[in-house]
Amino acid sequence: MISLTSERRTPYHSWPAGPKLLGLSAFTLAIFYMNGIALSAAVMGAVIAAYLVGGLAFAREGLRFLRPVLVFVAIILVWHLAVGRVAEGVVIVLRLLAAIAAANLVTLTTRMEDMLDVIQRTLAKIGVPPATRRRFALSVALVVRFTPVLVQKGGLLVEAWRARTVKRPGWRLVLPFALLAIDDAEQTAEALKARGGVM
Amino acid sequence: MERNLTLIALFAALIAALGLVPKLTLMSGVPISAQSLGIMLCGTVLGAKRGALAVLLFLALVALGLPLLAGGRGGIGVFSGVTMGYLIGFPVAAFVTGLLAQTWRDRGGFVFPAVAALIGGVIVLNVLGIIGMSIKLDKTLLEASLLATPFVPGDILKCVLAGLITQGLLKARPGLAQA
Repeated sequence: MISLTSERRTPYHSWPAGPKLLGLSAFTLAIFYMNGIALSAAVMGAVIAAYLVGGLAFAREGLRFLRPVLVFVAIILVWHLAVGRVAEGVVIVLRLLAAIAAANLVTLTTRMEDMLDVIQRTLAKIGVPPATRRRFALSVALVVRFTPVLVQKGGLLVEAWRARTVKRPGWRLVLPFALLAIDDAEQTAEALKARGGVM
Repeated sequence: MERNLTLIALFAALIAALGLVPKLTLMSGVPISAQSLGIMLCGTVLGAKRGALAVLLFLALVALGLPLLAGGRGGIGVFSGVTMGYLIGFPVAAFVTGLLAQTWRDRGGFVFPAVAALIGGVIVLNVLGIIGMSIKLDKTLLEASLLATPFVPGDILKCVLAGLITQGLLKARPGLAQA
């Protein structure tokens, strides 16, 4: 499965994942207490600059990631325009965009394996037993493997539906779809048991 | 042990797949994501503990950077976004739904799992989601709840579907409810 990590190499790609995540946490917390239009604009500017370090194409990729938020940005701006507190609205929007863009920057420049590593090490540090950690790792692998399988099987269900009716495929397909997932789970459990089981 | 683990993993994959399967509209005309239906099913089918774990596993993979949320979204950014209250609410919703569904399991039918999904997957989820939006957007709870209302009719429809699908699944695979 394709993760969201950017193909375009940036200097951030070689930074270790742990400190990146710590830095992001600190940044997100600080942003929450940020007030005033000048400060918000400066912080947003800094985030934009951080993206531009990776090149223009990389920054454009980051911009695309913000698209789902734009609806909320529009709603907030219109709302604050209507009640006449525009400056307040602009601060809220800048704060929101800066926090999301910074988090996206970490996602875009960190490989999934490295993230997983950080999680595993953190779990070990807070005293999660090794057996539980192994089960977590196995579960992650199973989801990564089975999501495309299920998507493909779901696609086949949709095709089978289309071959029989001109009506649009709808909720009726969810039942057989979930059954496929359940049967896959039962079979995988049997297979795991046959190979010595989960320790 | 193995069975619980694979059921949790496969339901996490099911939530993801429900958001990715192309053009599965729950009702013609109204775009409703099937993903939150998956959250409800985790509770009604797997019960409180396994259901909540499946949802947590799904969210962990989203945080790791896989584009598994409906519309191909993912990464840590979504947990900073406006809808982060809903994401935090997902496992809680599955847990509450599962708790109620387990309690009412013996009664059969589709009404009880549907009511469980309504309480957990709509009421609890929206309370947390609205609190999240009010924090993120610096709005009062009332103003934030206005943003959530357009989705409520679709959510209620999804509860009925979750009830019907759960009834069908438990009929087809009777051993499913046992841990």
